[in-house]
Amino acid sequence: MREFIQFTLGGISFGMIYAAIALSLVLIWRGTRILNYSQGAMAMLTTYIAFTVIGHTGNYWAGFAAALAAGVLLGAVIERTVIRQVENKPPLNAVVVTIGLLVFLEGLAGIIYGGQYRSFPPAFSITGLRAGSVPLGVSSNDVFVAGAVLAAALGLALLFRYTSAGLRLRAAAFNAYAARLLGVRVGRMLTLGWALAGLIGALAGVLVSPATFLYPASMDSIFVLGFTAAVIGGLDSPVGAVVGGLILGVALNYVGGYLGSNLVPIFGLAALIVILMIRPSGLFSVSTSRQV
Amino acid sequence: MTLARHVGAAIVAAVVIWVLSVSLSSFRDYQIADIAVYVVAIAGLTVLIGLSGQISLGNGAFMAIGAYATALLQMHLGWPLWALFPASAAIAAVAGVAVGAAAARLHGPYLAGATLLLAVALPSFATQFPGVFGGDQGLAVSVTAPAALGAAFPPTRWLAWVNAGTALIVLVLLANLVRSRVGRSWQAVRDDEAAAALAGLNVARLRILAFIVSAACAGLAGSMLAVYSSQVSPGSFTVTLSIALVTGAVIGGLGSLAGALWGSLVIVLVPTYVTDVATSHGLSSTVAANIPVAAYGVVLIAVMLLFPNGIQGGLRRFFGLTPPAATGPHIRFNSLRRRQPASEHQEEGTT
Repeated sequence: MREFIQFTLGGISFGMIYAAIALSLVLIWRGTRILNYSQGAMAMLTTYIAFTVIGHTGNYWAGFAAALAAGVLLGAVIERTVIRQVENKPPLNAVVVTIGLLVFLEGLAGIIYGGQYRSFPPAFSITGLRAGSVPLGVSSNDVFVAGAVLAAALGLALLFRYTSAGLRLRAAAFNAYAARLLGVRVGRMLTLGWALAGLIGALAGVLVSPATFLYPASMDSIFVLGFTAAVIGGLDSPVGAVVGGLILGVALNYVGGYLGSNLVPIFGLAALIVILMIRPSGLFSVSTSRQV
Repeated sequence: MTLARHVGAAIVAAVVIWVLSVSLSSFRDYQIADIAVYVVAIAGLTVLIGLSGQISLGNGAFMAIGAYATALLQMHLGWPLWALFPASAAIAAVAGVAVGAAAARLHGPYLAGATLLLAVALPSFATQFPGVFGGDQGLAVSVTAPAALGAAFPPTRWLAWVNAGTALIVLVLLANLVRSRVGRSWQAVRDDEAAAALAGLNVARLRILAFIVSAACAGLAGSMLAVYSSQVSPGSFTVTLSIALVTGAVIGGLGSLAGALWGSLVIVLVPTYVTDVATSHGLSSTVAANIPVAAYGVVLIAVMLLFPNGIQGGLRRFFGLTPPAATGPHIRFNSLRRRQPASEHQEEGTT
């Protein structure tokens, strides 16, 4: 029972990371109907930037802020330069282009930083918290991870619901043609969507790297599981992304804890196949037309 | 007629490879064997992506299946080489049935994501069951050149012959498949799924069949890789391999099997060349090793934006040949974009 509680709480912390990646994928998917395979590599690069800044300043929060700012910039630049060219092309072109970005960013990180594994500092202590004498299996850093992603998700929700920019973002994603007729600068909204996705992805990278180490391919497995979380929730649904991330994080932590960590990606694959077979539009998608 | 032309081309290629393998160093022989592995894997992928319009980012996983099948059959049953290749291809094809059945219902980005996860997940099987698969160290494969060639015969030349010969046979078979009824049906499904179904084609079965063909090719390539590198380990079948296959297929040109050859040449020769040049200019080896990776990314994006038909398409245009109808200028997936956000698609906020 004690183990079960530990695995559950630990799973929530990892699940929030998957949720963050899933959220960034959903943001881009809603706006451009493109699945961004380079999301993990973008997060890897911004985490390296945080690593450099922390190394120079010795201040964790300076690095944290630098990563988020770099994420916004990277997302916007990528949308403007490359993605804009494939936005109305067949999906294969977008798939290949984002794969190209993934390969390029990982190569770039290898050129600048080399391939060795680097340890990335956590924001807070990673010693386990205790309830009385009972270890809970989570640290204060895990609590920070969950809180930070939750805060980011809430921030996005407020942005989309209560601001004029949020309304225009939703309009552009809902029907670009009609939005354009009503004076929404759709292109600008797509750039903003990518920038926000870059921000959330960068957050995920900084938060997960203390647990995974940092190297050019370090976000690959996090990315595919984030993708799985997004599919579980439905690629259209931000709420689904967060819930999907939590479900997947907890379930995979049980698998890793009880059966062995090598099985985690295999169960992730099984989960993805099952969800695509049973409910291809995801648990939370409201759209009824064929998507898969 | 078509068959005769393909066989003729293969014989000419075989003679060229024979001359090259005899006249070049054993390192070049090794590269020929390496290129042949990529030709087989990428040709399968070219058929899958270019002809049937499905994408797989996980064909490295099928290569792993073929390679481990080879190692296990050779180790436990002592099968000879000529039986190992088809058996490994068949085993990978069976895995392709399973994945293809799932894939037949998926389109574009979903399929790419699912197959990418396959590439990430499969190597961890080897670490999970070290008793069977040898864990991270992997398994040894020992296939020796036949004694009839003489003791002094360089083993790398023999491996180059075996791999290049296998690759040529595969290319002839695939070239005939592409021109057959099945190949034409794949194009019909790729270009318009609904129209193909109305014309009486079994869309799901055709999609699965394409997956089986590409998985069998990848499995065979994995088997060839296991034989010429004389070992199999999970480290050889990373996501990077799967992505390199897609890179090769796209750069070479998705419209034609000849593109698989160009793609393989680029994938095998460019890194060696760039690394040599970079280290000779005093760059560190990690930088040198990563320059081709970054360059692939740039080339992949540039090819997709500027030359969607890759090297082979560029050559065709250069020599004034129009691409045959079979390999139309735009490779299309069943377009997700055709789906307009319908009015029942009630958009909600994020709360």
